[in-house]
Amino acid sequence: WDETHFGKMGSYYINRTFFFDVHPPLGKMLIGLAGYLSGYDGTFPFQKPGDRYEQHNYVGMRGFCAFLGSCLVPFAYLIVLELSKSLPAALLAAFVLIFDTGCITLSQYILLDPILMFFLMGAVLSMVKCNSCADRPFSASWWFWLSLTGVNLAGAMGVKFVGLFVVLLVGLNTIYDLWDLLGNLSLSLVMFGKHLLARVLCLILLPLALYAAMFAVHFTVLNKSGPGDGFFSSAFQSQLIGNNLHNVSVPEHLAYGSVVTMKNLRMAGGYLHSHWHLYPEGIGARQQQVTAYLHKDLNNLWIIKKHDSDTADLSDPSSPVEFVRHGDIIRLEHKETSRNLHSHQHEAPLTRKHFQVTGYGINGTGDSSDFWRIEVVGRKAGKLIKVLRSQVRLTHVATGCILGSSGKTLPKWGWEQVEVTCTPYLKESPNSLWNFEDHINPKLPNISLDVLKPSFAEMLLESHMVMIRDNEVTSKPWHWPINYQGLRFSGVNETDYRVYLLGNPVIWWLNLVTIGLYLLIAVSTAVALKRGVQLTTELKELSRVVLRGGGQITLGWLLHYFPFFMMGRVLYFHHYFPAMLFSSMLTGITWDALLKFCAGFLSPSTTARKVYRGGFLTLVLLITYSFYLFHPLSYGMIGPMASDPSSPMAGLRWMDSWEF
Amino acid sequence: MLGFLKKPVVVTAEINMNLVALTVMGLISRLWGLSYPRAVVFDEVYYGQFVSLYMKRIFFVDDSGPPFGNMLLALGGYLGGFDGNFLWNRIGAEYSINVPVWSLRLLPALAGALCVPLAYQILIELQFSHCAALGAALLILLENSLVTQSRFMLLESILIFFILLAVLSYLKFYNLQRHSSFSGSWWFWLLLTGVACSCAVGVKYMGLFTYVLLLAIAGLHFWHMIGDQNFSNVSLMCHFLARALALIIIPMAMYLSFFYVHLTLLYRSGPHDQIMTSAFQASLEGGLARITQGQPLEVAYGSQITLRNVLGKPLQCWLHSHTNTYPIRYENGRGSSHQQQVTCYPFKDVNNWWIVKDPGMQQLVVSNPPRPVRHGHIVQLVHGITTRYLNTHDVAAPLSPHSQEVSCYIDYNISMPAQNLWRVEILNRESDTDVWKTILSEVRFVHVNTSAVLKASAVIGASLPEWGYRQLEVVGEKLSKGYHQSMVWNVEEHRYGKSQEQKEREVELHSPTQMDISKNLSFMAKFTELQWKILTLKNEDTEHKYSSSALDWITMDTNIAYWLHPTSGAQIHLLGNIVTWASANVAALVYTCLSLWYLVRRRRKIYDIPEGAWQPWVSAGGICVGGWAVNYLPFFLMEKTLFLYHYLPALTFQILLIPIVLQHLSDHLCRSLLLKSMFSALLVAWFSSVYLVYSTFSPVTYGEPALSVTELKDLRWKDSWNILIRKQ
Repeated sequence: WDETHFGKMGSYYINRTFFFDVHPPLGKMLIGLAGYLSGYDGTFPFQKPGDRYEQHNYVGMRGFCAFLGSCLVPFAYLIVLELSKSLPAALLAAFVLIFDTGCITLSQYILLDPILMFFLMGAVLSMVKCNSCADRPFSASWWFWLSLTGVNLAGAMGVKFVGLFVVLLVGLNTIYDLWDLLGNLSLSLVMFGKHLLARVLCLILLPLALYAAMFAVHFTVLNKSGPGDGFFSSAFQSQLIGNNLHNVSVPEHLAYGSVVTMKNLRMAGGYLHSHWHLYPEGIGARQQQVTAYLHKDLNNLWIIKKHDSDTADLSDPSSPVEFVRHGDIIRLEHKETSRNLHSHQHEAPLTRKHFQVTGYGINGTGDSSDFWRIEVVGRKAGKLIKVLRSQVRLTHVATGCILGSSGKTLPKWGWEQVEVTCTPYLKESPNSLWNFEDHINPKLPNISLDVLKPSFAEMLLESHMVMIRDNEVTSKPWHWPINYQGLRFSGVNETDYRVYLLGNPVIWWLNLVTIGLYLLIAVSTAVALKRGVQLTTELKELSRVVLRGGGQITLGWLLHYFPFFMMGRVLYFHHYFPAMLFSSMLTGITWDALLKFCAGFLSPSTTARKVYRGGFLTLVLLITYSFYLFHPLSYGMIGPMASDPSSPMAGLRWMDSWEF
Repeated sequence: MLGFLKKPVVVTAEINMNLVALTVMGLISRLWGLSYPRAVVFDEVYYGQFVSLYMKRIFFVDDSGPPFGNMLLALGGYLGGFDGNFLWNRIGAEYSINVPVWSLRLLPALAGALCVPLAYQILIELQFSHCAALGAALLILLENSLVTQSRFMLLESILIFFILLAVLSYLKFYNLQRHSSFSGSWWFWLLLTGVACSCAVGVKYMGLFTYVLLLAIAGLHFWHMIGDQNFSNVSLMCHFLARALALIIIPMAMYLSFFYVHLTLLYRSGPHDQIMTSAFQASLEGGLARITQGQPLEVAYGSQITLRNVLGKPLQCWLHSHTNTYPIRYENGRGSSHQQQVTCYPFKDVNNWWIVKDPGMQQLVVSNPPRPVRHGHIVQLVHGITTRYLNTHDVAAPLSPHSQEVSCYIDYNISMPAQNLWRVEILNRESDTDVWKTILSEVRFVHVNTSAVLKASAVIGASLPEWGYRQLEVVGEKLSKGYHQSMVWNVEEHRYGKSQEQKEREVELHSPTQMDISKNLSFMAKFTELQWKILTLKNEDTEHKYSSSALDWITMDTNIAYWLHPTSGAQIHLLGNIVTWASANVAALVYTCLSLWYLVRRRRKIYDIPEGAWQPWVSAGGICVGGWAVNYLPFFLMEKTLFLYHYLPALTFQILLIPIVLQHLSDHLCRSLLLKSMFSALLVAWFSSVYLVYSTFSPVTYGEPALSVTELKDLRWKDSWNILIRKQ
């Protein structure tokens, strides 16, 4: 399954070819490193899910992820122990994580999630530890935990942007902490300043430095041209060995008769592209499609021609070179299909208020709707146009609209390339600006392009802008906590060895109930405290654990779950797992508190203890037994599908939406 | 004696005069020349349609919000005697004689005018001086954008009015709380809060933001009451229940009643019918109801039916077949079964008729008594005109190769046997023996051999190529994960088949259905359906010439041209008073910085201002800055097309903050007399500049007098403003 994705990227690191992915690089670098150390040579193609690894050495990469995944259990144990000071609560939380089939499945394979969850839990653990060191600030252990929090934050951010939520959690916790310190009048302002500085240093500057360092490593390791080039701007590409822009020399000024490619200036904008296919009927005029395409291709080539004369005399080697100037009216002919770039007052396929752009005419002869005025941003009329460096705007002469790329992906008939339109709204935006990238004109001398060296900061910024792009939705966030639908990891048919990502339903539903239970307990304790009800010291301690410790964990759960409701990008079931970690820890704390409350009401201490222990034992047994029932989900199963009543798993298919 | 008479008159008159004067000024500024221009201005083209439909009692769906606002506008039309006959087709079209422009625009204008005294009262209730309150009211009065927006048939001014009313009544209620709980006026203001909130939400969903803010403030106040040991547990409970009743239950009931009135008023079928389910359509007069009236309710073996796909997106369509077959090879070289095509067809057609047949029997007529089809029964579906059986098999579908092809089976005597048994699954059944009902039952057809589900692949671009006449594709979906509307069908037209012979049957199929019983949906069922459609129906994300992004609003980098005189240069723009906007921003900034500073100092137990001034300062900030934030920040997360007028509620709150900050500055920060007098001098200068800008821009606010080209050019203070200049 997604192993193909991340395993392939690990291979790219080993082969040092540049690629593009929506996640920051740390996770894949670690996978690559693990593979490298365990002797994987990066040659396995990772074509499609289900391919056999054969002789390739993949155990190192999987082992690495599994190791990080198993670290989660002790982490959860330590966090809960620290927050509640109660061994049973900590054990319960750990049990929940050990026996959850979803966590096991997710950490067995080459995926980013175990790495992300490792850093995330590490950050929470060190934050909690640091809080408990608060009584002796600036001691060695305090510094250690504080800086470790920073390191883990950088790690979490560096694996996936979901790490941002844990940064928020830690940030809120720190603000609360500082506010507390500020109210402490025995602390001088200078001391407070020191506290503030220490936190700024460890929790802001250190993670930022590490994060930047990560990208520096990323850019140095990947210095060969690869499949991700087309996503980046021309300047960025010139840094990659093997890219046709690396150390090349092209003619500097644009001339008539040149063959060029044009790249849209929006972040991750494509090349102006056309191909033999027509727009389908019902979508504008039935003429040739013009799109923006992110990859390099022969169909990206266009010939610049004068609006009034044909190419014939321009291809003649003896005729003098004539440069294109700012404000000239030109035609662009598609090299492969010999059609002209054309626009007219039909609505564009997706952006209905824009005009459609098509390829029109035969062998370069078209009509007056093929004329475009070429203008350089911020330049006066009559100036020459530079390759790569000039930002160019193409205005359609007949309708006055501007050639632009809307950034929307066309449906299947357009090969899922990006829509190109002619926008009548004359707003200045990178969507409607282009630059010339390749430039082939045998009559002109080449100049070297070393001028184009972007600084590290620019490269960092650009790679981030490119990462912030998105796709379609596959499952709905509200499905996740109720374990509505799993994710098939490998194997579809009856005879295959199947692995299915699905949380242990008993545990997940227990977690869900616990959240409701926790809210009830927390609200009633808060109201009781506010009403000034007299509590015993024991209960007071308990309510502190519930409100403070439980509050932190609940906040973590909220921060890792609710933002997904607002997200437009691809959502998978496994996005819920970080939130699930928090809710598991909450389960430990809540049930411990609940049983203690119950035990507190029973007067004789022997019965109280019995109830407490009995409750715990039941929970643990329940969890273990459910694991026994569902363990084939994560360790793989063979045989008929569960929807078939003869399958051994048929009795376990509690919801119709599960497909194992 | 005389003194006794005189005194109360003077006292009451003094307070009232301020308000009366403000109200009169508000009315003058909003109502002056209200019926000019006598042409459709901007979004009137949109709301006007709805008013017309209300007048004609034709059902419609407005996906932009709940119906209360449209109903208020329609009330204006009703009072003015509008008959609804006007074609709202373009901005700038002249109104015909029968359109009562003045009364249509009256309600929004009144609401806009009343915002002025409301602002005054809110500041008084926040315990600021009359001077500050007067300032706030005048700033609202002289805000060009609010004037423009309330002079036309638009909803924002009504929304702002209800928002301010809700805030004011909550403040009144809260101030009464201290000494006279559960008194008559206490109840009045509490209930008015709830009512105003529900009206605000009913006008536009934006009102929800202020409602949530007020709920949060009420919750916070109640939390303080919990900590107050003077209240007994019982009285706390009573307080809680009173609030829950007034702030949650009454608004919900009001909201439902808006829809109730809406649905009662609109009982005729109209242009948006096909968005709704068949059951809903059948409840409207005319349209589908005319066809379906009196159909037999229960589908029986031998019934002749048309099957409509429940999804209805992008087009509503019916299961269809015709004599043409799938091409042997598709354009991309894949093969097909070469059997008869089955498609989903967006028009009514005789080829949409299917006959439900019992696999065990030969006859195609309904027996006497009819044998109804129940959930879980296995049926065959016979195409009425061609008498072929609906079939699916393991052949890739024409456009979605992952799904199975659905065809009408033709026996070519090759290795492909007929697989034409379908299990009927009623999704909205109450028991497992439910009968399949016309219109009401949502049905899924599961193929018995392959357990594929009959589905209309409702994706844009899923219409078949030329050979399939561009009809929509129908497939057998193998991975039938959960519930999706594209896999659900309902019976729309239905009659019991009577003719055994094919020829007779064809005649029967061509004849229109006609029988008579009517089915009524309960109000709640209609409400949930309509509400759901309003929330999920999405207009395509369009770019508008005057659309803007939320970031442009703070600095007013954008404007909207509402109307342009067909010949002269007279024009109306939504354009704010730039001095007010800038000062409002500065006030918000100053407020935040000062508050932060005070908070940090208070944390260190240093008190800069007396406790008596601190409380109003905090609550004023909570309402004004909070109101601004909740009405503004959510727009950054929204994906719909945004316009400058969406900012107006937030702006109103921000304007209220200006006098608060000014009074605070003069009371607490200008310590010496000299500073104070300088400050007041500055105030006067600043205020005259506000008035100056208002009067400078009033030609484009009121649309008269017409300005010359140079005058217009002079008004273009920002390059990004789009002021229309007619080419000579």
